[in-house]
Amino acid sequence: MAFTIISGCVNCWACEPLCPSHAIYAAIPHFRIHANLCSECDGDYSDPQCASICPVEGVILNGEGVAVNPLGSLTGIAPERMAKVMAEIQAR
Amino acid sequence: MALTLVSSQHSEPAGCSASGCGGNESALAHLPPQIRDKVKDHPCYSEEAHHFYARMHVAVAPACNIQCHYCNRKYDCSNESRPGVVSELLTPEQAVKKVLAVAATIPQMSVLGIAGPGDPLANPERTFATFRELSDKAPDIKLCISTNGLSLPEHVDELCRHNIDHVTITINCLDAAIGAEIYPWIFWKNRRIKGRKAAEILIAQQQLGLEMLAARGVLVKVNSVLIPGVNDHHLEEVSRVVKAKGAFLHNVMPLIAEAEHGTFYGVMGQRGPTPEELQRLQDSCAGEMNMMRHCRQCRADAVGMLGEDRGDEFTLEKIDAMEIDYPAAMQRRAEYQAGIEQQRQQLHRRGETVISLDALRPQRHRSRPLLVAVASSGGGIINQHFGHAREFLVYEATALDVRFIGHRKVDLYCSGSDHCNEEESTLQQTIRALNGCEVLLCSRIGFAPWEALEAAGITPNGEHAMESIETAIAAVYQEMAAAGKLAITAPIALQRGA
Repeated sequence: MAFTIISGCVNCWACEPLCPSHAIYAAIPHFRIHANLCSECDGDYSDPQCASICPVEGVILNGEGVAVNPLGSLTGIAPERMAKVMAEIQAR
Repeated sequence: MALTLVSSQHSEPAGCSASGCGGNESALAHLPPQIRDKVKDHPCYSEEAHHFYARMHVAVAPACNIQCHYCNRKYDCSNESRPGVVSELLTPEQAVKKVLAVAATIPQMSVLGIAGPGDPLANPERTFATFRELSDKAPDIKLCISTNGLSLPEHVDELCRHNIDHVTITINCLDAAIGAEIYPWIFWKNRRIKGRKAAEILIAQQQLGLEMLAARGVLVKVNSVLIPGVNDHHLEEVSRVVKAKGAFLHNVMPLIAEAEHGTFYGVMGQRGPTPEELQRLQDSCAGEMNMMRHCRQCRADAVGMLGEDRGDEFTLEKIDAMEIDYPAAMQRRAEYQAGIEQQRQQLHRRGETVISLDALRPQRHRSRPLLVAVASSGGGIINQHFGHAREFLVYEATALDVRFIGHRKVDLYCSGSDHCNEEESTLQQTIRALNGCEVLLCSRIGFAPWEALEAAGITPNGEHAMESIETAIAAVYQEMAAAGKLAITAPIALQRGA
């Protein structure tokens, strides 16, 4: 099983030096994870390192394709609230 | 610089100072000479120096180890000016090249800081690689960092090894219950930690880092973000405690929160403080601590004098095309900066002959304070056209002195495309920003804005163009006092702080 980084990654480099398997690399348009190297930190750390420092919600998926940091989990902004405010800004 | 009062031949810069304005030259008078030397050409540590010297930040530190509710790591807008925003990320090699190019082009440049866009100490390799190269290639440039403090204790020795003797720590609270409302999480010992526990760890690390730096003689400035309803009643205590632990200067900055920034505070509708609230808090801390009031909350890749950003002139592409003779540039810098010091000496001398104590004495208890806005592009003089000013310096004049109390920005944020480039709204915005000021000093001003300002109770005045700011304000104050416009009983006094 391996994690993946998807669109939305802001290329902040925070995860790259933490990966115990050196599976993360800089790429365009965003960082990526070598699927064959990623161990999901099993045996190294209790928490997957990349997903524990990533500042952006929803951009790291686990082996099942589920966001490790779902919307609202890092900022504390409820997804409905965010959607409402963004819609208001769009409507200006 | 305070207005110096002279009664006779006394010609030393005297200590009749603006109360508690930390960057103020006279407020620095009590410091040992080696510390005065450290701050006299640092625009972020000395209010007077910021009229004369330039700084730059290089964006080599993208990663962060905490989340603050006023920050959004996604945001990157070339039109915005606030911390955490950058246009392009640099490698240490690119950063060194950029610093040398800027320092060769802008001879006022005296300081290089690393302030993000993440946290410099969450990117120690990139940060220290940049410092290593620069202390070798541009030894005249002062190096500094601005950090959230989480990783500070483990890096204190290395900071000292690189001769980094200006460190800014952002400390918003000492109380973990308040911290939990500001910091949703930290990354600590390989885990993401949330809530009160996260705040406890962060606060403990910040305080330990401050103590360690102070013990090593490093100059520490503490930045605090004023968040109404969250830490506004707590920051006086922060000020007291950090001073007791050896911080040199406290910079209380207003929260910047707009929904379009996508920050927690922006989206949740948390408001920032008004200029009056900010000033009140700064004043209440000032009795205990040197307060910085000229901070422009600049970008993590800002270039130039405080309040200006010349980053566009130094993109990687443009730097590559420049041919620079580095030793010659350093020599030019040294000569130029020696010239600045001469100019400052002259300003000090001139400032001293403006007003005699005798002239002021009769009014001392009969005239009220006056807020004056100034358009200046640097050099400590009134030299900017009203229409070109994107910010105004605000001074408070009393019968005793003239003190700098802050700046008011005009078009700081892009507030959505609908609002861009509308002259009408810029003028209205300016008038709103100048709330409480009764006089505006500038080099020139057009007829239409003149009328609008007057109608709003702000008297424009272009008669003091190219004069020293403090000297001109003192003269205006004296003139108004003599004309009876500043009598304490005058109804206009009620307008202040309205």
